[in-house]
Amino acid sequence: MKTAEEILGIIKSALPDARVELVQNPSPSAQHSLLLSPASAVAVASFLRDDRELALDYCSNATGVDWPGKEVTEKVKVTRLVEGVETVVEETVKRVAPGYLEAVYHLYSMKHAHREIAGPVVLRMRTANRTDQVQLPSLTPVWRSAEFQEREIFDLFGIVFTGHPDLRRILMWDEFEDHPMRRDYVDPDDYEYEPTPHDEVLKRAETSKSAQAGATA
Amino acid sequence: MLGEGILKGLGETAKNFAGSFVSKERLTTVQYPEERVAPIENTRDFPFLVYDGDDKMAGLRCVACQICEKECPPKCIYIVKSTDKKPDYVGKPQIYPARFDIDISVCMSCQICVEVCPFEAIKMDTEFELSTTDRFGGLLFDRDHLSKSNEHYHKIHPTEASEVDARLAEEKAKAEAKAKAAAEAAAAKAAAAATAPTAKPVPAKEPGA
Amino acid sequence: MSAAAFKTYRPPVMDVSEEGDELLEVAMGPHHPSTHGVFRMDVALDGERVVKLKPVFGYLHRNHEKIAEKASYLAAMPYTDRLDYFCSLTNNWAYALAVEKLAGLEVPERAEYIRVITAELTRIQNHASAIGFLMQEMGASGTPLMYAFREREKILDLFEELTGSRMMCNYMRFGGCRVELPGGWLDKVKVIVAGLPQFIDETEKLLTGNEILMARSQGVGILKPDLAVNAGVTGVMLRCTGVNYDIRKVDRYGIYDRFKFRVPLGDHGDIYDRYMLRVLEMRESIEILKQALKDVPGGPIMDPKSKIRGFRPKPGEAYGRIEAPKGELGFYLISDGSGNPYRYRVRPPSLINLTILEDMCLGQNVADVVLIFGSVDIVLGEVDR
Repeated sequence: MKTAEEILGIIKSALPDARVELVQNPSPSAQHSLLLSPASAVAVASFLRDDRELALDYCSNATGVDWPGKEVTEKVKVTRLVEGVETVVEETVKRVAPGYLEAVYHLYSMKHAHREIAGPVVLRMRTANRTDQVQLPSLTPVWRSAEFQEREIFDLFGIVFTGHPDLRRILMWDEFEDHPMRRDYVDPDDYEYEPTPHDEVLKRAETSKSAQAGATA
Repeated sequence: MLGEGILKGLGETAKNFAGSFVSKERLTTVQYPEERVAPIENTRDFPFLVYDGDDKMAGLRCVACQICEKECPPKCIYIVKSTDKKPDYVGKPQIYPARFDIDISVCMSCQICVEVCPFEAIKMDTEFELSTTDRFGGLLFDRDHLSKSNEHYHKIHPTEASEVDARLAEEKAKAEAKAKAAAEAAAAKAAAAATAPTAKPVPAKEPGA
Repeated sequence: MSAAAFKTYRPPVMDVSEEGDELLEVAMGPHHPSTHGVFRMDVALDGERVVKLKPVFGYLHRNHEKIAEKASYLAAMPYTDRLDYFCSLTNNWAYALAVEKLAGLEVPERAEYIRVITAELTRIQNHASAIGFLMQEMGASGTPLMYAFREREKILDLFEELTGSRMMCNYMRFGGCRVELPGGWLDKVKVIVAGLPQFIDETEKLLTGNEILMARSQGVGILKPDLAVNAGVTGVMLRCTGVNYDIRKVDRYGIYDRFKFRVPLGDHGDIYDRYMLRVLEMRESIEILKQALKDVPGGPIMDPKSKIRGFRPKPGEAYGRIEAPKGELGFYLISDGSGNPYRYRVRPPSLINLTILEDMCLGQNVADVVLIFGSVDIVLGEVDR
């Protein structure tokens, strides 16, 4: 099985205008991944599936990851007027790097399964931001195993897959309104909680009780 | 012949049916609750706190380090540390839990609290007939309810309890040996300090005489 | 367009109006004795034949992946027991394998042998129960099921002695196993393994030549190999179509390359093939067990580098998979250097195997839908997580 760099080379020679990059994986598992641009993703995926040498015909896992925006403080050199003289001053600027949602696919080859032990070929696709530009092309026309898994990514993360045959919620009920696996998801407060020694529940129960007592007093 | 497979299968079931009258192997139903299966030694149900000796408070091994509370997956343990101290099995004053609640309606018997406890203070009980009609407090066990003696622990898990006792006795012996060595060193130093000042005044007196 | 605007558009589930209004729409489940849990199938029927089928699940969704993000790596281990609640030890192994790949831990040999023994015992009891449940749905009123449960009780007693609990074992740790084997456990396993071939022979005598079983299951629910590979189907469902893909042979994880065992393959891809495959896989598991029990080495059962508390793998990601009894069970972990996983994903075999449920059921009778669904062998704890 080829390494990620070799597969990158094969893709670049077959489809020269597909934008694919290598993403390193620092852990000991050494499963490096290929970052695809959404415009050429379906072409690259079809090529990977149909190529006789690679024959990556089995998409084992399709999942989503949420990377929320981070606050980045940088030191920037800016020209400012200091006591009448224009000097170059270093200022610390805070900006919020926009977060993104990511879809990760793990591919194996069933046709060439017994050639040698191989790690999975990992593909990634990233959206532009987490609020309004959340479309990605669906890889279900290439690998049918992504059908239910992309529905789950839509349900739990909010990525809209264009070209999916039947995109609706799969685990939550249809009228549900949030995306539970996002990092900023807050549990609703209206379960019928019974008093337990859990810290937060106890505190919430006590504060609401005192608020009620304060209101009625 | 059509139906041969079904007839062979019926022969199997007949063998099982007839055999259930003669061999114990075939009759596997245990008429619970009149009959009970002998409990397996390693089984685990819900945690309990171990105390040595007869006094629940004095012999309680738990020192309220809160490691089990942090590692518990569903966070069903709730500990409040005490403000005073009491001596533990080696004699050192330790804090104890003023409040130690386990909500067994949340506990999933995973036994991670037992695994991470450094003081052998919490172990798994084997009682499972705990259903109650009290919806709110009946499944919330407090420290008194959870404290059970070391004899109880020996009764339900004999091999494990003897291993734990051996380990604790070893640690106690080591601590005592260390304390004895420290006491001997301190006594030797005190004796050396006591003999030194008697030699000093004698030469100071002579020039004055 | 954003996800918020998209949610107001709801495609109709059953778009059956063009075919005429003679179609009957039936919801099979979630309260149903034969759906292996809370699972619903919306079927559109033309008389008795299925025209459309949409599976609906999520009734058991507990957001296990989010729970694991809040809990530490060790605390997520008891939750993996509850995924495929029939086979908790293989779930534990898959998670431990993924974490070991992520952190670069090595497992000592004795622990590997223990893992193989417990995994093959799990496989035997899972396949026996799966056959039993399939027969139950066919109308055999529980007889093969109770025979299977008799053997399963013996195996569960073994697990209780080893791990403390019959089903929620929580036994594997990162870098080995939690606790040493109790004295005499291996001998008990040998006794039970010696009695298992007789149980399988009994089951085969009862079922394999049975005309009712053959009439109801041969030629029903056929799956073609190309569709199976493309739809990501794994496990017995894939091998019944003839594709030779068993992760124990492909990835050679653990010490499976030391044991000689065969991988049974099917010819037709129907329900009878899946039943026969499960029986043959049970026999192969007994072979593996016999070989493994012969030479279990002594030694430690945990990697000395691994820590129980305060386990913080370096940042990175890893995907680890095993051949669970239901298919390929994989765990995908992303670590950001802290004690909690940043992203924890379970690749559930039961969910992916359901992708082609509609394709297999089109044109069949309603009674066959129950059988086809039973032969996929799903567990809702895994589908919904």
